[in-house]
Amino acid sequence: MSKVASRYRDPASETLSWRLILILLAVAFLGIVVVLPLVTVFYEAFRKGTGAFIAAFDEPDAIAAIRLTLTVAAIAVPLNLVFGVAAAWAIAKFEFRGKTFLVTLIDLPFSISPVISGLVYVLLFGAQSYLGPILKSQGIQIIFALPGMVLATIFVTFPFIARELIPLMQEQGTGDEEAALSLGASGWQTFWYVTLPNVKWGLLYGVLLCNARAMGEFGAVSVVSGHVRGLTETMPLHIEILYNEYNFAAAFAIATLLALLALVTLALKTVLELRYGDEIAAGRKH
Amino acid sequence: MRNFIQGLGVLALGVSLIAGAAAPAFAATTLLNVSYDPTREFYKEFNAAFAADWKTKTGETVTIQQSHGGSGAQARSVIDGLDADVVTLGVESDIDAIASKTKKIPADWRKRLPNASAPYTSTIVFLVRKGNPKGIKDWSDLVKDGVQIITPNPKTSAGGRWNYLAAWLWAAKQYNNDDARIKTYIGDIYKHSPVLDTGARGSTVTFAQRQLGDVLLAWENEAYLAKQEFGDGDFEIVVPKLSILAEPPVSLVDGNADAKGTRKVAEAYLNYLYSAEGQTLAAKWFYRPSKPELVKAGAAALPKVDLVSIDDPLFGGWKTAQAKHFDDGGVFDQLYKPGK
Amino acid sequence: MKSWRQPSILPGFGLTLGYTILYLTLIILVPLAALVWRSTGIGWDAFWALAFDQRTLLALRVSFGAALIAAAINVIFGVVVAWVLVRYQFPGRRLLDAIIDLPFALPTAVAGISLAALYAPKGWIGQIFAPLGIRIAFTPLGIVIALIFVGLPFVVRTVQPVMAELDREMEEAAATLGASRLQTLTRIVLPTLVPAILTGFALAFARAVGEYGSVIFIAGNVPYVSEIAPLLIVIRLEEFNYAGATSIACIMLIISFVMLLIINMLQMWSRRRYSNV
Repeated sequence: MSKVASRYRDPASETLSWRLILILLAVAFLGIVVVLPLVTVFYEAFRKGTGAFIAAFDEPDAIAAIRLTLTVAAIAVPLNLVFGVAAAWAIAKFEFRGKTFLVTLIDLPFSISPVISGLVYVLLFGAQSYLGPILKSQGIQIIFALPGMVLATIFVTFPFIARELIPLMQEQGTGDEEAALSLGASGWQTFWYVTLPNVKWGLLYGVLLCNARAMGEFGAVSVVSGHVRGLTETMPLHIEILYNEYNFAAAFAIATLLALLALVTLALKTVLELRYGDEIAAGRKH
Repeated sequence: MRNFIQGLGVLALGVSLIAGAAAPAFAATTLLNVSYDPTREFYKEFNAAFAADWKTKTGETVTIQQSHGGSGAQARSVIDGLDADVVTLGVESDIDAIASKTKKIPADWRKRLPNASAPYTSTIVFLVRKGNPKGIKDWSDLVKDGVQIITPNPKTSAGGRWNYLAAWLWAAKQYNNDDARIKTYIGDIYKHSPVLDTGARGSTVTFAQRQLGDVLLAWENEAYLAKQEFGDGDFEIVVPKLSILAEPPVSLVDGNADAKGTRKVAEAYLNYLYSAEGQTLAAKWFYRPSKPELVKAGAAALPKVDLVSIDDPLFGGWKTAQAKHFDDGGVFDQLYKPGK
Repeated sequence: MKSWRQPSILPGFGLTLGYTILYLTLIILVPLAALVWRSTGIGWDAFWALAFDQRTLLALRVSFGAALIAAAINVIFGVVVAWVLVRYQFPGRRLLDAIIDLPFALPTAVAGISLAALYAPKGWIGQIFAPLGIRIAFTPLGIVIALIFVGLPFVVRTVQPVMAELDREMEEAAATLGASRLQTLTRIVLPTLVPAILTGFALAFARAVGEYGSVIFIAGNVPYVSEIAPLLIVIRLEEFNYAGATSIACIMLIISFVMLLIINMLQMWSRRRYSNV
């Protein structure tokens, strides 16, 4: 983040009035597009009083939804973390043919509609598919159960950590690792003591974003969920259910939890950037 | 660095603990009832009543899981492998679809339970805003200038299909079965609809909460429920003189129940719908019970309406009606064209 | 024969690349192949008829049209926001910078119900427009609003770092040579930013085309008018029309892939051009 002092009458800057107009425009735009929806969530959640707000959480289905959301994220995020680190190592530290194509494939889930991400697993594991009945006869249920929801979540959040790490590790080159190896460190030691410390904050940021997205995914999970109350409902799906039961206060109450998660993610990210700004700036593009 | 790695380790440990704790504990028998939108409140109460009854009769604990959504969407889930023991959907054709695509339900499922497997029935009525500002009294008033109708998409919603057929029924009587005039009327209805939600509940939310439209075509039970939920003052129910007899059917999903060994309790569950308790609860939640003589006092009687069944020669039963009106390229697709 | 990879003393290439490809294949490629396979299984003619059915085309038009408008609006305001954040010092700048990413972290379903509440005729913003006869929620306009929300961070975050690296001496030189500020901005600054702006536009557009969660709560979902392509996929599924659902999904998949290739090419162009500045 460059810090440019605003000097009055700088020939290479706008006049004060223009600056004010642009600042006001930016603030107004962000206020309407981003802040107002966020405020609405909290306003609607507390509109019927704190009693209604607390009641939304005093309900087994809500607890089950929160639990399932945590479970799904707890499985999906570490898997994508391992993948992200492995992919970044292979792509950033080595030169090989077909690399651009590989990166495009990794990016693919990002531009695919979440609905399609769910649909592909229904086609693959549904009762009408070839695999579904075989797995079923072994007592394995994929869609309309935890595995399907985890798979859909992994699909949707697939590129997040890899995309955060690749530019960062590319920027840092291979010099440090080569030095460590020539000093007699093993491959694992080099990774643990040289590479990882260099990228840890970028990695943490990637994990945070991946986690926020994993807990909030709606479209993909909705297609594979089956909507069984208290069993296959994640928080976003539970919000939709409450919304459809005219229980708007409760729907927004659960939504505040996810909004808080988003705010915490942003706050952590800002803190990380303030302290380790340069390290993260390189990997800023998502 | 060491701290960072330890931190990750603790995180991973915590995560696996949560994951372990979250694995659902299956105690005793569980039944999964896959149902359609407006039955949420009814089944919530009915499930508790059945579980208590089953406990006193057999000493076994049974837990009933519920899933709700648009009737077509729910049938799709069961076809794709959702392990429903029983289905309680909005129209016959959705259960027929499960039967024909999965063979988990025998083709003659409708004959297995009383009243053609419809333990409760309902009809289609109008929900209008307080004071009925647009003066909507009967079907002809729906297509007056400036009236906006809220009705769900008949391709995905059972309620949407009943709405369509009820309107068709009135037009057929009104215009002496003149096909062209009926179709003009039905086409007009959808020209007056600014939104087509995918489920009946979505339409109610659009009308009641988002304040869109002048009249909601709704299941009778859904209309009473909305009136009750949103406060009696905001809405009025208008009952047309003629409407359709909507029969939401129920069935055991034999293939699933047998695989899980739950046939006995699932059958008892469905039969309980026809008991005095089941019928009383249905009446309480504004359904028309199929055995009104069993209903215990307390539930308000619903108004008398001339009701015509889907098996009337005008429609020729669900299979015929579904193919004629709602399948791809059917009458609805022909009438619902862009560029209104 | 030339090796397909440059030699390196670093270990773990085989392990990590192998794992990457295995995981990618299992999670992404096999399921996508199943989709393509299922949609070609119905035969070319049937696929063609389903894919270019009028309702499908109109749904795709709604999706692409709304995404295009939203991305264009995001480019205009996103560039202003990025400029303000990079060039000006003012109280609250840090906070403003932090909330840019909110649409990225906020679940789409939460955004959907909240936007619907805001823009409904009785909502805070909706009631301002309702007397003017303008309806936002449950019309195509509502879709655009939701897509502006989800696409905003992509434009700002792509343009911002490039702006931060801009060489201010060029602007000063232009000013001393007598160029007005407007001339400097349009002739010197803007051309340098074009690749980044295009990349941001493409990213916002690609994300918006597939968006589902936030849109379904605020769109009217009226066939031919405000029905987006992902919703049509879900509706086709609910009608037990698997062939219809997979053929629309397949078209969207191809379009996504092409979009991604364009974005990657833009980024390469941007990098090359930027390094020449």
